[in-house]
Amino acid sequence: MKVTLERATLLKSLGHVHRVVERRNTIPILSNVLLHAQGRSLMLKATDLDLEVLETLPADVQQGGGTTLPAHVLYDIVRKLPDGAQVSLDSAGDTGQLVLRSGRSRFALQSLPESDFPDLNVGDLSHHFSLAAGDLKKLIDKTQFAISTEETRYYLNGIYIHTLEVEGRAMLRAVATDGHRLARVEIVAPAGAADMPGVILPRKAVAEVQKLIEGLDKEVAVDMSTTKVRFTLGDVTLTSKLIDGTFPDYARVIPNGNDKRLVVERDSFAAAVDRVSTISSERGRAVKLSIVDGKLTLSVNNPDSGSATEELEVDYDAQPLDIGFNARYLLDITEQLDSDTALLKLADPGSPTLLQDRDGSAALYVLMPMRV
Amino acid sequence: MPSTAYLCRDCLHEAAGEEVAAARCPACGSPRRLSHPERDALSIAHVDCDAFYATVEKRDNPSLRDQPVIIGGGRRGVVATACYIARTYGVKSAMPMFKALKACPQAVVVPPDMGKYARVGRQVRALMLELTPLVEPLSIDEAFLDLAGTRRLHGASPAVLLARFSRRIEEEIGITVSIGLSYCKFLAKLASDLDKPRGFSIIGRAEASAFLADKPVGVIWGIGNVAQARLASDGIRLISDLQRMDEADLIRRYGPEGSRLWRLARGLDARRVSAARETKGISAETTFEADIADAETLTRILYGLCERVSRRLKNQELSGCGVTMKLKTSEFRLLTRSRSGLAPTQLTARIFAAARELLTKAIDGTHYRLIGVGISDLRPADEADRGDLVDETVAREKATEAAVDRLRERYGQDAIVSGLVFGSDRDRHR
Repeated sequence: MKVTLERATLLKSLGHVHRVVERRNTIPILSNVLLHAQGRSLMLKATDLDLEVLETLPADVQQGGGTTLPAHVLYDIVRKLPDGAQVSLDSAGDTGQLVLRSGRSRFALQSLPESDFPDLNVGDLSHHFSLAAGDLKKLIDKTQFAISTEETRYYLNGIYIHTLEVEGRAMLRAVATDGHRLARVEIVAPAGAADMPGVILPRKAVAEVQKLIEGLDKEVAVDMSTTKVRFTLGDVTLTSKLIDGTFPDYARVIPNGNDKRLVVERDSFAAAVDRVSTISSERGRAVKLSIVDGKLTLSVNNPDSGSATEELEVDYDAQPLDIGFNARYLLDITEQLDSDTALLKLADPGSPTLLQDRDGSAALYVLMPMRV
Repeated sequence: MPSTAYLCRDCLHEAAGEEVAAARCPACGSPRRLSHPERDALSIAHVDCDAFYATVEKRDNPSLRDQPVIIGGGRRGVVATACYIARTYGVKSAMPMFKALKACPQAVVVPPDMGKYARVGRQVRALMLELTPLVEPLSIDEAFLDLAGTRRLHGASPAVLLARFSRRIEEEIGITVSIGLSYCKFLAKLASDLDKPRGFSIIGRAEASAFLADKPVGVIWGIGNVAQARLASDGIRLISDLQRMDEADLIRRYGPEGSRLWRLARGLDARRVSAARETKGISAETTFEADIADAETLTRILYGLCERVSRRLKNQELSGCGVTMKLKTSEFRLLTRSRSGLAPTQLTARIFAAARELLTKAIDGTHYRLIGVGISDLRPADEADRGDLVDETVAREKATEAAVDRLRERYGQDAIVSGLVFGSDRDRHR
């Protein structure tokens, strides 16, 4: 393989693929990125055996072929090359080495054969649809924070994406929960999506899609089976295994009898929560909401450092109520709300609370209270 | 012959004036006298039970009284405690059993009964707490006591009080203790070791430096073999070597530790006796009779340990959010794996789920000699196992364990046992 290309294009693509490669690997080939030159382009591919990212970029190919190189080393080298440099990669000869030249720099890198590089064995992807990048971004951004990291309940380590009929319309819905909070958002299901299987997209794939979608202004093609999913995001293709598990029946968790309506101005509410929680301890991040007729008092009491309170004027005319929440969780949710006023539907200090935009947009959040 | 007033430790007679000249107590004839110029000015004590386990066993079985007794056991056990008779043959704590029996073949070996020792330890502790609320237990059989300001309450100085206390322990509990009295913890602990058993030693402020001078640096707490070797390579072997040095110089060489050494070498120890030693975690571990590599066997033993941890959590009304699993290989390499950030739990099922996950990842065919499990990041019990939005099993697990606990309370620990404990090795249990 002999190929020459611009540093900037190579760096951008390596930036996309090298993140997939784990820093520490017991299998040497998994530390490597696959490079394959053909026609007028160079293909880069990296995998961690659960997730695979592939990108094709224009290059001047003098000789086709492929090899694999340590992904992070290659990325670091290219990153440190001067702006506007040309990079040539040459794996000529059977030396097991690749020579990278740029300007007056020359690197000889240990390579491993292309044939050793693992394949995800994607198999047949039975369902296909496409959606606007903005829609996919919305589904991910608004739910991603609620994904669980707890390994015992592995089926919560991702976003549950599925379709269902709501008031006669097919909707594509994303749900994530860690048991303490739940996020649910939906869009009108794109054509072809209605019969897709319900799948759990793992958090690492979610994070990568989230980065790759940044600034993208195109349709994203989605191909999936019950075990794998592929996103085509511009020049990058991301293929991931899906979590093999059953997502819990989340509909049971969404309270529909909460009749105490609290309407707050979102930004001032979030800012006040943030302020009073400054003095909370790392361990108990509880903020107490005391609500009486038109007035909300936020308070934090930390025996080690002191206390804080702040009052807000709110729209509330139900029975007075004291309820506690994790301040971080409240902020995570308010950050995802779109409109200026937020609606909290409360029941009692021990029951889950519902949060959403006042105008009842497509996103809905459930939050477990804390004891205060 | 001391010329100052003294206290007879047997009859608590205060001898003064001409009586002092007599070799024995004029009241009871005992030679065990306690005298020290600073006797009534000191209030930090260290109380240490003498050969605790062995003494308890001798108390309960008088036929053992004049025989060398070793508490310990198991095929590859070590000596937990050796009685004073056995010690004259060179038997020491932590010595491998086969070595101990080579040194003293006629020794009677008694397997330890930890439950009994814990009960006796609690009785001793209760008597300590009658003297002062400031009791800081170091282990089952030793504690620091701060008796400052108790003179008016008890109508006696700490020294007299402690002499009474040690007599009471002998009469009421039937074991003996050794007492060290000083003005700080460091010296009180050293003092209790001076004339064991049934000892009572006093180290006052005036003699602290001179007393320490000829002791090896190893007597300082926290200076083990490694630190000792490091100090020795710098020419520091005795505490007098430290006393000769400049504090600034020691700090330059050893950092904050240097300052600590400098101070302790002069008998300066500002640590307080604190009763409220918060429980940071609860753990249980076991060493196997023979090394084990088999995952199923390890898992089974792990379950039993999780039950023990859970039981102690429930008894102490605590729960925890972090689980640590620990293995020791046959080469004594220690391996610990932990998981934090769990929802507060006190359930065997939850602790076991986390611990098993850690175990499964860790085992690779290596032979292990020990397994342990612990829970940390403790919280009050009322925060435990309250479930969350999607927790579908916690209520059932909680009810199951509550039922099992009730059965065990009524019919004993073995009344109901998890099937997992039997494993697939059915024949053994037929």
